[in-house]
Amino acid sequence: MALTNEQIERYSRQIILPNVGGKGQDKILKSRVLVIGTGGLGAPCSFYLAAAGVGKIGLVDSDKVELNNLQRQIVHTTADVGIPKVESGKKRLKALNPEVEIVTHGMRLDSSNILDVIKEYDIVVDGSDNFPTRYLVNDACVISKKPLVHAGIFRYDGQIMTILPGTGPCYRCLFPEPPPQGAVPSCQEGGILGVVAGALGVLQANEVLKFVLSTGDMLVGRLLIFNALDSTFRTVKVPRDKDCPVCSEHPKITKLIDYQEFCNLRTKTDCSVK
Amino acid sequence: MEEKKPDANLDLRGVVCPINFVKTKLKLEELNNGQILEIIIDAGEPMANVPRSIKEEGHKIVKVDKVDNHFRLLIEKA
Ligand SMILES: [Zn+2]
Repeated sequence: MALTNEQIERYSRQIILPNVGGKGQDKILKSRVLVIGTGGLGAPCSFYLAAAGVGKIGLVDSDKVELNNLQRQIVHTTADVGIPKVESGKKRLKALNPEVEIVTHGMRLDSSNILDVIKEYDIVVDGSDNFPTRYLVNDACVISKKPLVHAGIFRYDGQIMTILPGTGPCYRCLFPEPPPQGAVPSCQEGGILGVVAGALGVLQANEVLKFVLSTGDMLVGRLLIFNALDSTFRTVKVPRDKDCPVCSEHPKITKLIDYQEFCNLRTKTDCSVK
Repeated sequence: MEEKKPDANLDLRGVVCPINFVKTKLKLEELNNGQILEIIIDAGEPMANVPRSIKEEGHKIVKVDKVDNHFRLLIEKA
């Protein structure tokens, strides 16, 4: 596919890069990425993916924009308060780059619908804010062998790991089961610095672009941990768990589980816990 | 030495940096190794930057001619 002059101009600063060029840009334009959550992680992630020219971006969110979201969820603006987040997100991404196809999934993912949603995409970004969705997304991606970029944020900390099912560890290799209800901090304890969400969301977009371009080294088997107070990054090696409940050779989990919501205030305060 | 006949050419007069290089890079991607691309670029900033960037990508500039206020470059794709 030949790039138009407008595309050459728009994407010139990345076409220039070694490992991108016209062929890489073409791969980006043909890629299909599902971003789960249009919150603190999904907003910056989808914003950069749209800017880079990802051909099709799916946005999943069942919530409406609230004023308390705007401190970090940069695709939504003050005027959007009250409208569905996927609509607000679509509007902003389209304004940034009209040639990106934005598909809105204004739903809560559960065991009955997630496999149908993710099968339309090449890679999934988990920007969810709750444990039931995080485990559901991990298991669905492992079962359907779909690459997944996980990230979690909490207060001043963030972590990110890319999951290539069959190749590297999954989220359950790291944390086999969701924590017991009492161990999860309440939403009020949650709290998040907007820039932590931004940093991690942008790192997720970086993982997606490397996957699409088949270049660089993704965070497979490596958990990258960011602390905003110290401004430090560290990497922890994560091995595959040979007894992992979902991605080992003898998985205990063979069908998807709908865990109960831990945090009743999630819809009110965006309980970002890890 | 006899000059090789270019396999493709681009007139980049009036095209500013870095779009002139981007267009050169895209055109080179379409060629096979050893083929020759002829480009015409403006003197000044384009001439100061484009040849350098082409060399950084590993290609060879086999000939440079000054024509009026422009430069004609023959690039061998590597
Ligand atoms: Zn696993």
